[in-house]
Amino acid sequence: MFIINCPFCGEREQSEFKAGGEAHIERPKQPTELSDDEWAEYLFMRKNIKGIQFERWNHMHGCRKWFNMARDTSNDEIKAIYKIGEKPPIK
Amino acid sequence: MKNRYSIFSLIKNAFSYHENWEKAWKDPAPKKKYDAVIVGGGGHGLATAYYLAKKHNIKNIAVVEKGWIGGGNTGRNTTIIRSNYLWDASAGLYNHALKIWEDLSQELNYNVMFSQRGVMNLAHNLQDVRDLKRRTHANRLNGIDAEYLNTEEIKKFCPIINTSPHIRYPVLGGTLQRRAGTARHDAVAWGYARGADEMGVDIIQNCEVKAIKRNGDSVEGIETTKGFIKTNKIGVVAAGHSSVIANMAGLKLPLESKPLQALVSEPVKPIIDTVVMSNAVHAYVSQSDKGELVIGAGTDDYISYSQKGSHDIVEGTLNAILELYPIFSRMRMLRQWGGIVDISPDASPIISKTSIKGLYFNCGWGTGGFKATPGSGDLFAHTIANDEPHELNAAFNINRFVSGDLVDEHGAAAVAH
Amino acid sequence: MSKNLRVKSSKFVDETYRVSFKFNGSRYYGYKGDTLASALLANNIHLVGRSFKYHRPRGIMTSGSEEPNAIVQLHNNSDRTEPNVRATEVEIYEGLEASSQNCWPSVNFDIGGINNLLSPLLPAGFYYKTFMWPASFWEKYEYFIRKSAGLGKSPTTPDPDIYEHEYIHCDVLIVGAGISGIMAAKTAAKNGLKTILVDEKPNLGGSTVYQSSEHFKINNQNSGSWLEKEINEIKKIDNLDIRIRTSVAAFHGYNFLLARENLTDHLPIEQRKNKTRQKLLKIRAKKVITATGSLERPLIFDNNDRPGILLSSAIKRYADLFGVACGEKNIFLTNNDSAYETAISLIQKGIKVEAIVDNREEIESKLLYEIEKNNVKVFKGFTIVNTHGYKKINKVSLMKLSKDGQKVIGSKIDLSCDCLGVSGGWTPAVHLFTQSGGKLKFREEDQVFIPSKYSSDQISIGACNGDLALEDIIKNTPKYLKEFLNIKKTDYDNVEIFSSENKSKRNIWLLPSDKILGKTKSFVDYQNDATAKDIKLALREGFRSIEHVKRYTTTGMGTDQGKLGNMHALGIISETAGTKMGEHGTTTFRPPYTPLTFGTIVGRNVGEYFDIFRKTPMHEWHLKNKAEFENVGQWKRAWYYPKNNENMFEAVQRESRAARESAGILDASTLGKIDIQGTDASEFLNRVYTNAWSKLNVGKCRYGLMLNEDGMVYDDGVTTRLAENHYIMTTTTGGAANVLGKLEDYLQTEWPELDVYLTSVTDHFATISVCGPNSKKIISNVIPDLDLTDENFPHMSFKNAKIGKINCRVMRISFTGEHSYEINIQANYANSVWEKCMDEGKDFNITPYGTETMHLLRAEKGFIIVGQDTDATMTPIDLQMDWIVGKKKYDFIGKRSLYRSDTIKDDRKQLVGLLTDNPNEILEEGAQIVADINKSPIEMLGHVTSSYYSPNLKKSIALGVVRGGKNMMGKKLIIPMENKTINVTVADPVFLDKENKRLNA
Repeated sequence: MFIINCPFCGEREQSEFKAGGEAHIERPKQPTELSDDEWAEYLFMRKNIKGIQFERWNHMHGCRKWFNMARDTSNDEIKAIYKIGEKPPIK
Repeated sequence: MKNRYSIFSLIKNAFSYHENWEKAWKDPAPKKKYDAVIVGGGGHGLATAYYLAKKHNIKNIAVVEKGWIGGGNTGRNTTIIRSNYLWDASAGLYNHALKIWEDLSQELNYNVMFSQRGVMNLAHNLQDVRDLKRRTHANRLNGIDAEYLNTEEIKKFCPIINTSPHIRYPVLGGTLQRRAGTARHDAVAWGYARGADEMGVDIIQNCEVKAIKRNGDSVEGIETTKGFIKTNKIGVVAAGHSSVIANMAGLKLPLESKPLQALVSEPVKPIIDTVVMSNAVHAYVSQSDKGELVIGAGTDDYISYSQKGSHDIVEGTLNAILELYPIFSRMRMLRQWGGIVDISPDASPIISKTSIKGLYFNCGWGTGGFKATPGSGDLFAHTIANDEPHELNAAFNINRFVSGDLVDEHGAAAVAH
Repeated sequence: MSKNLRVKSSKFVDETYRVSFKFNGSRYYGYKGDTLASALLANNIHLVGRSFKYHRPRGIMTSGSEEPNAIVQLHNNSDRTEPNVRATEVEIYEGLEASSQNCWPSVNFDIGGINNLLSPLLPAGFYYKTFMWPASFWEKYEYFIRKSAGLGKSPTTPDPDIYEHEYIHCDVLIVGAGISGIMAAKTAAKNGLKTILVDEKPNLGGSTVYQSSEHFKINNQNSGSWLEKEINEIKKIDNLDIRIRTSVAAFHGYNFLLARENLTDHLPIEQRKNKTRQKLLKIRAKKVITATGSLERPLIFDNNDRPGILLSSAIKRYADLFGVACGEKNIFLTNNDSAYETAISLIQKGIKVEAIVDNREEIESKLLYEIEKNNVKVFKGFTIVNTHGYKKINKVSLMKLSKDGQKVIGSKIDLSCDCLGVSGGWTPAVHLFTQSGGKLKFREEDQVFIPSKYSSDQISIGACNGDLALEDIIKNTPKYLKEFLNIKKTDYDNVEIFSSENKSKRNIWLLPSDKILGKTKSFVDYQNDATAKDIKLALREGFRSIEHVKRYTTTGMGTDQGKLGNMHALGIISETAGTKMGEHGTTTFRPPYTPLTFGTIVGRNVGEYFDIFRKTPMHEWHLKNKAEFENVGQWKRAWYYPKNNENMFEAVQRESRAARESAGILDASTLGKIDIQGTDASEFLNRVYTNAWSKLNVGKCRYGLMLNEDGMVYDDGVTTRLAENHYIMTTTTGGAANVLGKLEDYLQTEWPELDVYLTSVTDHFATISVCGPNSKKIISNVIPDLDLTDENFPHMSFKNAKIGKINCRVMRISFTGEHSYEINIQANYANSVWEKCMDEGKDFNITPYGTETMHLLRAEKGFIIVGQDTDATMTPIDLQMDWIVGKKKYDFIGKRSLYRSDTIKDDRKQLVGLLTDNPNEILEEGAQIVADINKSPIEMLGHVTSSYYSPNLKKSIALGVVRGGKNMMGKKLIIPMENKTINVTVADPVFLDKENKRLNA
């Protein structure tokens, strides 16, 4: 179980958090203009990366804030944590 | 023709101290070109190769496996086999598999120990009751054996369940599918491998796919750690790693790969002779022929390929186990492990062509793919051979995520009123 | 038989404290401090159990948690019974009862022993090759296979013991209190670090603490005495927490470890009452030092499994620590110096050592000289090719090894004995290290895997790091500690060490025999009866990876998880395949290190603590008024209130009538409540609900439907505009937490520009709903100051009010179709207001009703329940609720998904009403609906989602979803039940008061 350094609260047990899947998938601003395919791309299609993944986490049983994390999904090593709206600090 | 397995061949070989058994499958180096390559040597992949060779007369096939066959989710699951699914499409798919299971040991001449000891699903709240009754009616009309049991009948069928009305989430009822049960997971992979090998399929282990070569919208072959293999048909059955392979071909799939854990207890004499599943309190249990309690835990909510999950999941599962079976409190966990399952948005699999010609995917089985192994292999073989789905897997096409015709097997939404 | 083999007093057992215990029904005695194994050996009992497959007699083989053979059932047929307990780990106590397992009728005469004779037919994997005829007979075979498999028996009654969890955060955790662990603990603690030291044994000091040989000296004292002083010193250190009888089960990532602390298993049963049996320690350590030592390897030769064959180190431990001789005529088989240490120990105690058979040809060792001085015959370059004696070893046969060690040569020599000690060298206990994600490397010279790459802030020290000799431990440990703890010096920097041990070793994984392999039984996994020839058979059949071999032969799958045999399996595989060790993988060591009791993992989360109960402020009132309860999520909701022996049906009929005829009262406190504030609150609601909110006036309420982004109905509820920028949203009971989570998600990540704040106030406010034609009169008495006229307080509006001094919010909203009020009130005042409503309602027969009646009443009105009438496949259009979908709205969550090619289809399942032809026939919820019963395969159009007998309409009513149901009004359909068919007619889902007259009645 990881230790996650919540950008608002500090280090906490993973059990306080909820994962929210791949980050930086912006909700389309004009959904009605999209084709079914384009909408499905937003809705369901995921990179599901093995390696460094940028993903969303929520400090559900804490401050309830969402933030981003860069994590190596092959070994669960957390590489960076950054706020929503920020660019990933690593590549 | 290989040694046929039987009590007679065992006796015969006993005289030569079992020195003369043949290899169950060879270990060939890959050829330069195959008519079809199956990526992933788990049960589904080996079954696919088996049926391609057997029913579709494609013999020049390779199964490439990154590690060792049956080492992924085939060898890590809790081996529950049932077909009592809600929707017509799922019922058709899983019951097709169940029918094959019933004759599989004879078909493969390999004892896969399919044991129809029944599977019960328990209801713990009123919505569970409605959902399970709904499913039972649907199963019955779809020709799938299903019974709805009240609490007393459940107690009678499996006396060790705590059916007291005073527990936190009392057992209010449940379903029973008597034809359901378990099988020996390793034997399924090994039996299909042996059968496929006999028909000339090359099973190539320790061969990792590194790239998929495309020519425009068609596939041309795969780059592997054992060199380039030319082929026009690639069937990917790489549970857990489906997206990794898809990304090589420039595709995205509607999947997330998550850790799923399971555990066994130390072996004891028979104490539970059926399979009991409880979704609401999340505890699955059966007992292996060896005597171990085989317990399935849940998935974590984050994406991971580490084959490790969090302890909270195991603890939560055992909480539920002791709620339903307080007699197991002094039993001990012998071993726990994790696998990687790829989960689709509607909890149903994808057995489908893709936008790339010659590239087929069989994935998204989530936590429950083992039960479908023979049916999945058969239908995927059909899809690859004909470049068209069989009517039983037509609904499981990848396009459903675009059109919205999902096969939602999550069951009803959260209980609410 | 009942010889006393207690040969010498030991300071580790208390000979003044005699303990009686029973084994297989006979009474024996031991001393306090004995394990069951040492006490049995002292009574000259070796035969303890039978093996898994061949039912071969098996004895005590080790002295620790790696024991594969001597496993017993404790306290059979009592509520504290426990299967598969290692006799080597059980500390005896007065009244202990143990019995052999996996044998019938007794361990001495076991019918299952016939399997041993059949063993030529039972090679590895035999079951895959047979039991297939006749087809479908497998379950009959299986019945017998299952019966003969398994080891002990599961308890059959609930566990009387209690368990706990303890959370520990520390600077340094040290696993293992052998010599290196003690050195680490003292060093860490003395440097001011919060340190925990755990060891699975009841005493500290590992195997060094009982080392009294002149051949191993530290600072000129024998190593045992030196270590004892160190132990006494560390016991006085404040910031060092020492936990004995504590076994680390799992080493997870991020230095999270689980350990089991055993608190009462060593006490007589009557002293255990009300005490915690075991604790699960959940340890988060900044740094971890693994000092788990090493396990002695057995050797693989024909019939290497007989009772009386023990690890050499175990014989030493029994002699040195417990004063027990395992035999009176001891022989050793070894490939290294360890057996000599044991032999010297025995000789010192006057226990006879007959001979040492050493695989090594040339040995330069001071230990050897001492042995030879004592006239013990040493057979150099020899091996044992067979052993004899069915239930106890009585003879061994030896032969000379060829130069390359692959054959035996010369003639056979037989030696009689009653105990054989074997030593195949040592295997570092790297289990926890690999669990943590560490990578191993193979050390050729002594054929061991040792840690190579760590995955977290941790080190391995001592034997588990490959420092197998005492001198290496003393030399290297201070160095490692200084670097790891970043300190300048330790107390051990100048310790002097003297050791006579020679580190040479002649490693032969499978010792040769004069017989062909097929005729031998050389056990690799003792418990599971997996032999060397099984491993070779697996390789022959094409199983190459260690994982394949393991699974095919079941090597390493026993309760010892291959602690003894896995290395040999790897060795035999690499020798046979001609590959390097480790090339076929090392098997993964999976948690737990030793089996971990379910109860310990669960701790206090049993029974009523399995999950929290959420109770409303009126819960006690419901109890007092005999309510039956329904679980809804974690909430306990009043389901119905039976009076005078009513059954549920009768109670619900009465409650429903009362609500329609006069007044009913419902505890609706469990509905989720989210307080929404901010200047963009209206815009936010526009985006999360399907309908429009901007034009809702302050003081008004509106029903809203919320979708998932996939267009399917997710939740519903009434939201009230309390002020210009202030709303209160209600959600379903079960959906509350998820809805809040979802709203926060969108707010924070998609629409951070919106000025909106969300707060869950579900527990802050209780909700009392009073409905019925007389509700207005009742509320006017409860809140006399409130103007209840339709003009001032129309349906779907809200007022702030005061009940006495208590502020409350009153909404005039209705889920029953009746004139109805919902009072939201601070939770701590709620019960008094509820009782006030009951008082004021007395004259109107105000009737409390539960969820069942609520469901019935809303079904009469055709109101849906999300989760019951919908599953995750229903759109609002499917629900025939097109009116709530703001088509003009630019966007809302899920909107785009409603217009996909399949979701837009007309023949989707749609919500309809269903009326049975027979008005007294009540449909079963979940029943399927068809149009043509004779069609094959039968086509299911949908199912019944809600069904009740309506006392107000005096007929059965139901809601259901039916494919294309929207256009089927009046059409006859069929409900095929198991034993009958029921005819129904599709109807409007609103069965009662379509004009909504009652709302304003």
